[in-house]
Amino acid sequence: MTELPQITQKKLGLVIDLDTCVGCHACVISCKGWNTENYGAPLSDQDAYGAAPSGTFLNRVHSYEVQPDTGPAQLVHFPKSCLHCEDAPCVTVCPTGASYKRKEDGIVLVNETDCIGCGLCAWACPYGARELDQAAGVMKKCTLCVDRIYNDNLPEEDRIPACVRTCPSGARHFGDLGDPDSDVSQLVTARGGVDLMPEQGTKPVNKYLPPRPKDQMPEIDVLAPFLAPIDQEPKGFLGWLDRTLDRL
Amino acid sequence: MHPAPSVIFFSVFSGLGFGLLFWLGLGWPSPTGVVAFVFFAIAYLLAVGGLIASTFHLGRPERALKAFTQWKTSWLSREAICAVAALLLMAIYGAGAVFLDENWRVIGVLGGVLSLGTVFTTSMIYTQLKTIPRWHSPLTPLNFLSLSIAGGALLAGQVTWALWLIVIAGGVQLATWIIGDRRFTASGTTLATATQLGQIGSVRAFEPPHTGTNYLLREFVYVIGRKHAFKLRVIALLLMTILPVILLLIPFSHVAGGLAVLAHVAGVLTARWLFFAQAEHVVGLYYGKR
Repeated sequence: MTELPQITQKKLGLVIDLDTCVGCHACVISCKGWNTENYGAPLSDQDAYGAAPSGTFLNRVHSYEVQPDTGPAQLVHFPKSCLHCEDAPCVTVCPTGASYKRKEDGIVLVNETDCIGCGLCAWACPYGARELDQAAGVMKKCTLCVDRIYNDNLPEEDRIPACVRTCPSGARHFGDLGDPDSDVSQLVTARGGVDLMPEQGTKPVNKYLPPRPKDQMPEIDVLAPFLAPIDQEPKGFLGWLDRTLDRL
Repeated sequence: MHPAPSVIFFSVFSGLGFGLLFWLGLGWPSPTGVVAFVFFAIAYLLAVGGLIASTFHLGRPERALKAFTQWKTSWLSREAICAVAALLLMAIYGAGAVFLDENWRVIGVLGGVLSLGTVFTTSMIYTQLKTIPRWHSPLTPLNFLSLSIAGGALLAGQVTWALWLIVIAGGVQLATWIIGDRRFTASGTTLATATQLGQIGSVRAFEPPHTGTNYLLREFVYVIGRKHAFKLRVIALLLMTILPVILLLIPFSHVAGGLAVLAHVAGVLTARWLFFAQAEHVVGLYYGKR
C-alpha cells in the first residue's frame, strides 16, 4: 500500500555541503554508472551521440549565482537528488503501490514491476527527483544505493552510496538523520543544515549545509597608511605627453 | 505542464460522457428503446473512449489493472474504481431502458452520482498537487464539475438547464483563470526557498546541470504558445459559452443544437489545453524557468 509509515526506525539520507562542493559532477557520473548496471532498469540515453542528447539521471548538479548586497557575486554548485522525504507526496499519489517508503530505513523506492509509468509521482515531487525512463517506460529515482549500503559482498568502505564514495571534495555525507548523535546529525546541527522548499511540507530527510560566510580581507600592513604616497604625476617624456594631450 | 493530447482528450470527452450519464441516470430525459440506445451509446463512446485515450500516455499500459489497488491514498486509483463502478451501474440501468422499457430509478440515481464522482476524482488528481499552485485550488474541481454537468445537459437535450449551466460554467472558468494567475506567487515558493540561498543575496540560475534538455523540462516547463494565452482564453470562452448560449436562445432546431454541442466541445478542448500549458510546476525554478 502507498500509505506512508508513521515512523521509520532509521532516517537514512544525505547531507550535502554547498560550501565544499566544487561542481565537478563526479557524483552524477558515478551515480549513473552504478545505477545503470545494478538495481532495476538501466538509466537509458536517447540520441546519446546525436544532435539532441537526453537521458535519465538520478542526480543532477545545478549552479547558481548569488549576489550579496555588497561584495562580489558567489557561485554555488548545487547537487540535487531524491531527498527521501518523511511526508513524500510522490508515494501517496501512486495508483499501483509501486512507490513506497520503507519502514526500516525510510528509503523511498519504486517497485519497477508494478510501475505503469503514469508519471504522477514525478508531477507530485517539487524537487524534480523522479524521471520517467524513456526506454523502460518506468519511473526511476535515487535508491540511496540500497544495493550498496547493505551489500556484504562489497568491502566495508564501499557500503555507502556511489555519489558519497566518489565525491573528491568531501561534500557529500551519508548516515542516519533520525539518530541525533550520528555524525551526519551533528554536522547538520553544527552547520545549520536546512530543508529545501520547506513550505511544500514534504519534510525532506536530506539536508543542505549553506555556504559559510566569505572571509573579509583586513588591512595587513599597519604602517602602510603612514608611508608617503607614490607620485601620481608622470615626469619626463610621459609627463610632457600627458600635459600635451590634456591641452589638445 | 506538457499538454499531452491523450490527457486533454480523455478529460474533456470522459467529462462530457459522464456528464450525460449523470442526466440520464437522474431521468432527464428517461428514454426507452431505440432512443435510449442512441443516448447510452453516445455517453459510453465518450466516457469509455476517454478512458482508453488516457492509457496512451502510460509508459507501461499493459499493467493498467494494477491502478485499481491503491484507493486508500491515490486519487488516480479512486478515479479508476469510481469510473468502472459508474459504468457498470449505468450499463444495468441502460439495459433496462433499452431492452425492457424500464427505468430503474434507484440504480440510475446511484449511477448518476457515481458518474459525477468520477469527474470529481479526475479533478482531484490535479487539485492535490501542491507542486502546481495553479491547480492546487478548490476551483479546479468546480471547473471540471461545472463543465461536465453543463456539457451533459447540452448532450441530454435539457435546453433550459443547459443554458443556465453553460453560463455558470463560463463564469467558473473565468474565475479559475483570473485567480489561477495569482496562485504561483501566492504559494511563496521561489528560487530562494528552493535553494535556501536567499539569506546570502539574490539568487540566479547560472548553469543548468546539462547542456541539453531532459524529461523534467519536457514534462514540466512547457512555454510554447503561452504568449497566445489571452487570445486563446477569449476564443475558448466564445466557443464554450457565448456561441452555445446564442444558438440555444434562437428557436430550437437540431442543427442549432448540434452546432452548440460542437462549439462547446471545441471551447472546452481549448480551455483544457490552456489548463495544462499555463500550469507552472515549481521544479522549473531550479532551472531558472517557470
